[in-house]
Amino acid sequence: MSKKMHATPMLDQLESGPWPSFVTGLKRLAKDNDMMVDLLGQLEHSYQTRKGYWKGGTASVKGYGGGVIPRFSEIADKFPESKEFHTLRIMPAPGMHYDTDILRKFCDIWEKHGSGLIALHGQSGDIMLQGCTTENIQAAFDEVNELGFDMGGAGPSVRTSMSCVGHARCEHSCFDEGRAHRTVMNTFTDDLHRPALPYKFKFKFSGCGNDCMNSIQRSDMAVIGTWRDDIQVNQAEVKNFVKAKGREYVIDNVVTRCPTKAIKLKNDDTLEIDNRNCVRCMHCINVMTKALSPGKDRGVTVLMGGKRTLKIGDLMGTVIVPFMKLDTDEDFEQLVELGRSTIDFWAENGLEHERCGEMIERIGLNNFLEGIGREVDPNMINHPRTNPYIRMDGWDDEVARLKASKAQAG
Amino acid sequence: MTAQPRMPIESGVPDHFQYMHPTLRRNYGQWAWHERPRPGVLHHVSQTGDQVWTVRAGTQRQMDVHTIRKLCDIADQYADGYVRFTIRSNIEFMVADEKKVKPLIDALLKGGFPVGGTGNSVSMISHTQGWLHCDIPASDASGAVKSLMDELHQEFVNEDMPNRVKITTSCCQINCGGQGDIAINIQHTKPPKINHDLVANLCERPSVVARCPVAAIRPAMVNGRPSLEVDEKKCICCGACYPPCPPMQINDPEHSKFAIWVGGKNSNARTKPMFHKLVAAGIPNNPPRWPEVAAIVKKILRVYKEDAHAWERMGEWVERIGWPRFFELTELPFTKYHLDNWRGARASLNASVHIRF
Ligand code: HEM
Ligand code: SF4
Ligand code: SF4
Ligand code: SF4
Ligand code: SF4
Repeated sequence: MSKKMHATPMLDQLESGPWPSFVTGLKRLAKDNDMMVDLLGQLEHSYQTRKGYWKGGTASVKGYGGGVIPRFSEIADKFPESKEFHTLRIMPAPGMHYDTDILRKFCDIWEKHGSGLIALHGQSGDIMLQGCTTENIQAAFDEVNELGFDMGGAGPSVRTSMSCVGHARCEHSCFDEGRAHRTVMNTFTDDLHRPALPYKFKFKFSGCGNDCMNSIQRSDMAVIGTWRDDIQVNQAEVKNFVKAKGREYVIDNVVTRCPTKAIKLKNDDTLEIDNRNCVRCMHCINVMTKALSPGKDRGVTVLMGGKRTLKIGDLMGTVIVPFMKLDTDEDFEQLVELGRSTIDFWAENGLEHERCGEMIERIGLNNFLEGIGREVDPNMINHPRTNPYIRMDGWDDEVARLKASKAQAG
Repeated sequence: MTAQPRMPIESGVPDHFQYMHPTLRRNYGQWAWHERPRPGVLHHVSQTGDQVWTVRAGTQRQMDVHTIRKLCDIADQYADGYVRFTIRSNIEFMVADEKKVKPLIDALLKGGFPVGGTGNSVSMISHTQGWLHCDIPASDASGAVKSLMDELHQEFVNEDMPNRVKITTSCCQINCGGQGDIAINIQHTKPPKINHDLVANLCERPSVVARCPVAAIRPAMVNGRPSLEVDEKKCICCGACYPPCPPMQINDPEHSKFAIWVGGKNSNARTKPMFHKLVAAGIPNNPPRWPEVAAIVKKILRVYKEDAHAWERMGEWVERIGWPRFFELTELPFTKYHLDNWRGARASLNASVHIRF
């Protein structure tokens, strides 16, 4: 374990400066790990030539179809010790909480079986144990698995999920993200571990409209906390805030920034909110954290179909369920059902390599809603259609059907 | 006799309560309000009267076990042995006693971890895999982010931007890095170079053809062997054909360039979420410090800081002042390449006489 270090003049330059350097970390690992000596050599070679030298392949653990990202070096003749450098994706707990005991155990396992390099965390939320030989994958995973951690998603499967800190430390949180995250994900473990879907499917959970998990743009099913009743206003704290900051500050930063002009500052330094027109954007609550909070009748809005560029361009999620309560066991089961019917419909109707959002675009929202058994709702749109190219001969029947079902609902 | 192979315990997502700081656990779902006493520190107060101070520090994300153990030592000594991570790879330490904040900050700074990333700062740049681990990167990720964060260190440890700034980077057009107020993404500028000798062995041709968003790929016979050809006039250099068919080499040390995108926003606060938009391109991929990228990012940040109103995210600021002024203030050239010509592009064109002079 004392392979000579390669010269790394370019990487060395990344050791200066105030930000912590991963290169310094890699070098420390290389002191007693030959795989890291050659990894540094290969990375320096990439810096010199401005090219990557990894290729995929196959590697997995017993019982699972996915979760290991195989990496083989194309320049193993130059850097043989890092010729295999696989990653294990491991699902963390909701909110990414750890005690030091568990982190140290991860370190010990990864020092023993892998390179000693851990990313906390990947962009989908996985703990990424980076740098393992094919031979060691099973032993490394077995030990991680014994700690109570499970493999994350990769390939055409349900992927690892993320939830914001929410209930654990954020007063804005409108539902129990951790419970929703675990309840939903733990019913789809089979779809996560055995890739058999058209493509990836991501769930993300954010406790409020601030959407700290970036779920609208980056998940196939975004679950976001909101409320139906009135914003809670503590007028005494409003007065304190106005006193501390001044009327002008409150007018400029709260009143005029409300997107629907729903807020008025009254002469007695109290706030009046037109809750019917509040769109639950969170802005005023973000500014006046002590005086304002979300209402009491809380639940979630669910959006579907967000994704990045490939293949038809970026898509935001679309509102599918404007409001859903999330308190009781039955409520949580309903959320799981929504996910299940969506995945089932997409698994049957999505093309290979087609995200749920692309399928919605291809088949139209109407067909998608019918497929998952949901009614249309004006909250799903920015505005009704502008073009007249549609057959309307079902109009009367549809209006009659809606009236009847409304009457039945009472 | 060989032992039975061990089958995995499909335990799924672990229970978070077992790893949660006791004060957070006790007050789960009962927090009342918060404030930020200084950059890098959050103070949360519960309805039960409990309080917690969070100290947030930047990390290099790709951490060696020694660094993680160093962070654990700090947590054990100064923060009750609990930590959590944010979506942007910052680490957070929670303490229930205000007196513990200062020693914790001192220990972090001494250990080389900048304290900040809260409120109106430039938080840690979210990044991808790059040359360290991905199989399709045209540039690096951890190194590019390390260089940029060195340059933006002051913006991380202070909170003097108009609103929070989220920067993302991506090392190919797939863009695992995501959306940001500023997104720094590599872009290929030449069609793939095909190694015809390898295509027949490595690529499932129909699925490669199907992958192309502009139908530029056709099956073809080359030198008597089945291969693929690309209509270079149609090709938009997206690189989507490369993952299923590595002989269609898209990365190019010279011609893969950086592009910068502005105004992405995931929060629903005030305005609806927005995607980022192209502002600069053709920026060289110049390791190990990528100075040309840093110069443009810093210029955009400087102009935003000077010109935006309080609470305006970058995209909201641009919408208020208009794109012509954005290009004028940042001195970035506006070209024909800024016009969208993809699906739904006309929605991005100005159909009014709303013009500022
Ligand atoms: C072929 C090789 C690829 C590699 C090695 C790769 C690598 C990664 C990694 C390491 C992550 C973070 C994972 C995590 O946190 O668990 C990630 C996330 C992501 N990947 Fe990839 N990726 C690949 C292909 C793709 C493709 C083909 C797409 C899209 C068409 C894609 C889109 C994304 C997106 C959007 C994210 C971020 C997702 C989120 O925020 O939840 N990637 N990728
Ligand atoms: S999404 Fe809302 S509830 Fe969750 S952490 Fe962010 S601000 Fe708090
Ligand atoms: S939450 Fe948003 S829309 Fe509602 S009152 Fe506050 S600022 Fe206005
Ligand atoms: S952005 Fe592209 S190159 Fe970078 S990690 Fe993602 S897929 Fe790989
Ligand atoms: S780079 Fe993109 S557009 Fe060009 S041939 Fe490949 S898939 Fe098609």
